[in-house]
Amino acid sequence: MVANTPEQEFETRELLINMGPQHPSTHGVFRMVLGVDGEVVTDVVPYIGYMHRGAEKLCETMDFRQGVGYMDRTEYLANFNAELSYVLAVERLAGIEVPERAQWIRMILCELNRLSSHFMFTGAFGTDVGVFGTAFVYSFREREVILDLFEEITGDRLMYAYFRPGGLAWEVPENFETRVHEVLLSARHGIREMDSLLTENEIFLARTKGVGAISAADAVDWGMSGPSLRASGVPLDLRRDDPYLYYPQVDFDVITGEAGDVFDRYHVRLREMRESVRIIEQCMEHLSDGPILPERLPRMLRTPPGEIYERTEAPRGEYGIYLVSRGGNRPYRLKVRSACFSNLQALRDMTIGHYVADAVVILGSIDIVLCEVDR
Amino acid sequence: MNGDIFGLEINIWLDALVRLGLAVALMTVVVMALIYLERKVIARFQQRLGPTRTGPAGILQSPADALKLLGKEDLRPKNADPWVFELAPYFVFIPIFLVFVAIPFAFDWQIRVLELGLLYVLAVSSINIVGWVMAGWGSDNRYAMLGALRAAAQGISYELPLVLALVAVAMVVSLPGDVRGSLNLVEIVAEQGHIPYIVWQPLAFAIFYIAMLAELNRTPFDIPVGESEVVGGPFVEYSGIRWSMFFLGEYTALLLLSLRGAAVFLGGWAWPLGEEVADQNAALGLLYQFTLTAAKAGVLIFTIFWVRATMPRLRVDQLMAFSWKVLLPLTFAQIAANGLVLVYGWPDVVLLAASGGGLVLLAVIIDRAVRRPTPRPGLPSGGLEGEAVR
Repeated sequence: MVANTPEQEFETRELLINMGPQHPSTHGVFRMVLGVDGEVVTDVVPYIGYMHRGAEKLCETMDFRQGVGYMDRTEYLANFNAELSYVLAVERLAGIEVPERAQWIRMILCELNRLSSHFMFTGAFGTDVGVFGTAFVYSFREREVILDLFEEITGDRLMYAYFRPGGLAWEVPENFETRVHEVLLSARHGIREMDSLLTENEIFLARTKGVGAISAADAVDWGMSGPSLRASGVPLDLRRDDPYLYYPQVDFDVITGEAGDVFDRYHVRLREMRESVRIIEQCMEHLSDGPILPERLPRMLRTPPGEIYERTEAPRGEYGIYLVSRGGNRPYRLKVRSACFSNLQALRDMTIGHYVADAVVILGSIDIVLCEVDR
Repeated sequence: MNGDIFGLEINIWLDALVRLGLAVALMTVVVMALIYLERKVIARFQQRLGPTRTGPAGILQSPADALKLLGKEDLRPKNADPWVFELAPYFVFIPIFLVFVAIPFAFDWQIRVLELGLLYVLAVSSINIVGWVMAGWGSDNRYAMLGALRAAAQGISYELPLVLALVAVAMVVSLPGDVRGSLNLVEIVAEQGHIPYIVWQPLAFAIFYIAMLAELNRTPFDIPVGESEVVGGPFVEYSGIRWSMFFLGEYTALLLLSLRGAAVFLGGWAWPLGEEVADQNAALGLLYQFTLTAAKAGVLIFTIFWVRATMPRLRVDQLMAFSWKVLLPLTFAQIAANGLVLVYGWPDVVLLAASGGGLVLLAVIIDRAVRRPTPRPGLPSGGLEGEAVR
């Protein structure tokens, strides 16, 4: 046996740590392999695809109305926003005019869904940072109130399938307006509580400020969108910059961060929730009686041949539907442009050089929905 | 040579056995109660109910869990180091129980009066870090090893402020006959009949409390077991009875450190009026003293639960920096101030002033550290207006 030189004896290798697909803080079945040097992350290799169900392909076998259900299942925390992208694409391709009342209700539901989705984020993020369940439970209490309203309207807590090409599946309940006001009241309360529980907590600040920062240029290069992009200081909000529904008629601010770090990604979302409340309040003023579906909607929905890309501002960013039709009653090709998929790509850039504990927080701050990433 | 329990003369070995048996039985019961209380208290913080199904208001939940754990299979990973893996729980469990010997519950109610009680308690209770490291190393699991290394680093870093904060108090204990300084826990408690040491040494208490949280691996210093990072740390691979021994050890440590804090800083059974009540009526006095001890430890334990319900977790570098750069220098300053007071015979008010000033300094340091401006990522010089923004 040859004697080892000192260099060989003290050879250090980086330790590979496998996080996920079963790990409490990978938000579903995400897997990343961290190379660590002590506690510092030197490399991140993300593995996605565990949740791939072929949702896009499945939509090609369905008629345009049935496809709505698959949108719920891709983005299960912001179902209304996902449904909206799809029905807007179908409507524009088929040339369907949507009644005014249906549009306003869609806006209200989408913004409420943004609230519930962001509450989910604050709760899960609190747990990632290490609050033992309290942030989670507080957030879920507020989210529950919103989900109750959704259940009253759609009959389901998770898979709503409430939007239809042309309008809505059925009329909202009679007490819709009073219920929305109640929900807003509790949401405002919940946002305030999150502020005092997390935003003003010294340890929370110490854990999130300056962690996982990404510059505006990098964020744009990675194709990030939504709050994660705005946290880096790029004021891109499709509700304002590529308007759909009646967003030009309501008044709201586009929230941006400065440093693009974890704290900004969190804080942008929290401030955005206040804007959502503002938008819903304005929508409620515009809400008037009227039909919720166009009068002449064919029994079998057919579109002329063509292709279209329709995008909306979902809670996690740009949720786009690329739809190709060759005529007939089903899409020839449907592609979902997932916000999380693009946002997640920046994980490696954000994480390298930070600590293992930060990797968890950074992943949490991107707010991924694995069903949407893998589709 | 004979000892006596309840006035009965019995053989010394039997005496020791009875006392240790009492300690273990009492600890187990109290720990089960603590686990139940923690679940209930945190449930209230989180607007839940906590356990409700087992027995009235769920009070049988802990015994039920204990039985369940006893009945579970004791798994050992195939590649684990068998000896290290299986012995680790004892290294955590036994030292913590040994601490029990010197804790005073009421006047003349402790297992043994030790002249160097405080030193003994501190020395014995720091052995359990070895058990943590053994558990982490023996499990052949990377999360466990990461957790164990964190535990070792944290244990060493926070043991120092913890010990030195207690030393600061031990220095200034004033005994009859104008003598100062004692490591005897009974004397330390008895001297606090009028004013507990938290009044004279607020900084030492603050440091003790913070270091206690870290020693117990409690939020916000629960990084060795951080559920969302290392998924339970050194205990990842443990199950059944061995896991429950870790758990028991952890909660026993919580109780004993709180009792230690109550004895050294909050006046244990002596303040307020502990001895006076006992002079009037022995039985009532004993009950009163027990209540005082339990109440003070209870307050400390409750605040620990409270912190757990509201605080996020620190990161490992912040944790170490806080200990070595903030807590340790302040502890040394506290000891130096106490030393000056002892040497020059200044009045006790100086102690209060120095320690209070240190406490304010601690608060300022933490505040400044948190509110310093965020470092910004490198933005391109030209900006990207008009390019990315439409």
